Amino acid sequence: MAQMNMVQALNSAMDIMLDKDSSVVILGEDVGYFGGVFRVTEGLQRKYGENRVLDAPIAEGGIVGVAIGLAVNGLRPIAEVQFADYIYPAFDQIVSELARLRYRTAGDFFAPMTIRTPCGGGIRGGQTHSQSPEGIFTHVSGLTVVMPSNPYDAKGLLISAIETDDPVVFFEPKRLYNGPFDGDPNKPAVPWSTHPKGKVPDGYYSVPLSRAEIVRPGKAVTVVTYGTMVHVCMAAVHRAGIDAEIIDVRTLVPLDVDTLVKSVEKTHRCVIAHEATRFGGYGAELSSTIQEECFWHLEAPIQRVTGWDTPYPHAFEWEFFPGQHRVAAALEEVMKH
Amino acid sequence: MARIHKTVTGDGFLAKQPTNKTLLDIHRRMVRIRHFEERAGKLMEDGKIPGALHLYVGQEAVAAGVMVHLTAEDQITSTHRGHGHLIAKGGDFDRMYAELFGRSTGYCKGKGGSMHISNMDLGMLGANGIVGGGPPIAMGAAFANKFRKSKHVAVAFFGDGASNEGSFHEAANMASLYKLPAIFVCENNGYGEYTAQANHQAVVDVADRAAGYGMPGVIVDGMDAVAVYEAAGEAIARARKGQGPTLLECKTYRFYDHVGVRGMGLNYRTDDEVKKWMKRDPIKLFEARLAEQKVLSKKQAEAVHAEVLAEIEAAVAFAEQSPMPDVASLLDDVYSTAG
Ligand SMILES: Cc1ncc(C[n+]2csc(CCOP(=O)(O)OP(=O)(O)O)c2C)c(N)n1
Ligand SMILES: [Mg+2]
Repeated sequence: MAQMNMVQALNSAMDIMLDKDSSVVILGEDVGYFGGVFRVTEGLQRKYGENRVLDAPIAEGGIVGVAIGLAVNGLRPIAEVQFADYIYPAFDQIVSELARLRYRTAGDFFAPMTIRTPCGGGIRGGQTHSQSPEGIFTHVSGLTVVMPSNPYDAKGLLISAIETDDPVVFFEPKRLYNGPFDGDPNKPAVPWSTHPKGKVPDGYYSVPLSRAEIVRPGKAVTVVTYGTMVHVCMAAVHRAGIDAEIIDVRTLVPLDVDTLVKSVEKTHRCVIAHEATRFGGYGAELSSTIQEECFWHLEAPIQRVTGWDTPYPHAFEWEFFPGQHRVAAALEEVMKH
Repeated sequence: MARIHKTVTGDGFLAKQPTNKTLLDIHRRMVRIRHFEERAGKLMEDGKIPGALHLYVGQEAVAAGVMVHLTAEDQITSTHRGHGHLIAKGGDFDRMYAELFGRSTGYCKGKGGSMHISNMDLGMLGANGIVGGGPPIAMGAAFANKFRKSKHVAVAFFGDGASNEGSFHEAANMASLYKLPAIFVCENNGYGEYTAQANHQAVVDVADRAAGYGMPGVIVDGMDAVAVYEAAGEAIARARKGQGPTLLECKTYRFYDHVGVRGMGLNYRTDDEVKKWMKRDPIKLFEARLAEQKVLSKKQAEAVHAEVLAEIEAAVAFAEQSPMPDVASLLDDVYSTAG
């Protein structure tokens, strides 16, 4: 066991997989010589060479497209898109090609690749360095969509993502790279060493895809969330003194419906929280699924806590970010009934 | 192969010699950019400006040498390194600092910030947090000019790194196909983020890419404001005459890091390289030339700097004293109708 932050855990996952499987390659902007703008690929090019860890030009469509070509020819590429906000130039390759290769060739060939991309706000990144576009990708059939909330899961899930034969879009909440941020910008930053999930095995292990985790058991209400909001919800629940059950979805698609349903059948109440905008967001899918599966068990309308339906503004970082007070308000609302 | 532009003083190129008035104008624009950026960098380091800044220091001759040919009706698209473009286009310090601070008096009422600063009245269609976001939009602006039969041109500024994005190539092809009144100004500062140009593209001269789209490519010393002025003047005149776009590559350098103010001690470029380029500081080069030509004495130049610095202090104070935007406005301007 070692103490790792999320950056180190992700780095360790790729290090292990580069070592274990000679078909694993990494490509992306500044991932090689420089080691990545968030340091996630630090040292990997030095260790495995320029043939395995490639610096790519600023051309996201090209990076993803080339990764697809590698993947259908027996390699297991990990493409880094430096910020999730830069993924759109690659959108056509992801949607029109990557997601449906298996289906359109009736299983003849497929692309076992991972697109890693840092997402989310709380870093004063403004409009084009703060977005949470996961819902756009969960809407595309054929993609596996993952977002870990801690170093242990990040490493284990990334290893699973690299190993699976399906294409994975792997979102890394960048505000969590260095510590479990609870949504309060005025508190001093807390490192991962203070958190049990900052303890990470040095070697190989995996966390299964499509498995949600109950990060806090409880009886009064189910909080379904993922990414940075796991920690925000945890703090909000603690503060409100409510016996909530908090579920970290971890893999958004394919969704672990069972875990959610069992929990809501027990608690009869549900709050859904994500940073992304609300309308047509992933929370709508969660809400709909829970409503369909648990309608007769619900005691209150399901509440969603989300970003506002606007671009992420420069001037209103903490007004946009769905902090503890917004989670608390939703909890209060469902507990009224 | 792209043509290398030599200055009047170099090989007798026949462009119109800049008048003294123009030279002084270029000088002031460069000085304004330099001091704005130096101060903005300090404010960022002091934590007064939220977020990160990409400073334009070192590249001033490009913005000034191009923009001095343009009016407010000529449009530009800018980049993540966009303060210099807006200043050279006539940007107001008060509203610029206010935008960086995220205040209601900023150009975008604080919603845009450094990487999205823009202003329609000045024909500045936006700095852009997305590399390669600008060129197609600039070409649309150029097309609008052509459509309206106006004599205005649109200029797309972009970096060497951005010239690898598909959007640049699509825009270049369309501009040439439609003979748009447009100029592609590539500010080749040798790096895309932390990757040297030789490691991100196989060409040495981005201007060579023009040939692939059937337009002229011109290379110019981007540290020499007069050279930029001449080459840009020629390209802009061509565009105004309806002869189509030009790709103008300005060889330049950023004195500071990709983000923030550190210039030296970086692992992806050598301090020697930085010092070599700093010896060709575009403002110092230009001031030496102006002194030699007796257009602006050292003392007069100092007075310009002092004047600009005073203006900057006032603008910073204005921004700091400006109110934060009203929280209710967070939801404004998503659609044409409120709510
Ligand atoms: C689509 C997109 N990809 C990547 C980035 C990250 N990024 C910001 S600036 C930059 C380098 C741009 O290099 P260049 O075009 O040469 O401009 P310079 O920074 O040198 O002025 C990169 C990769 C981005 N902002 N947008
Ligand atoms: Mg560059």
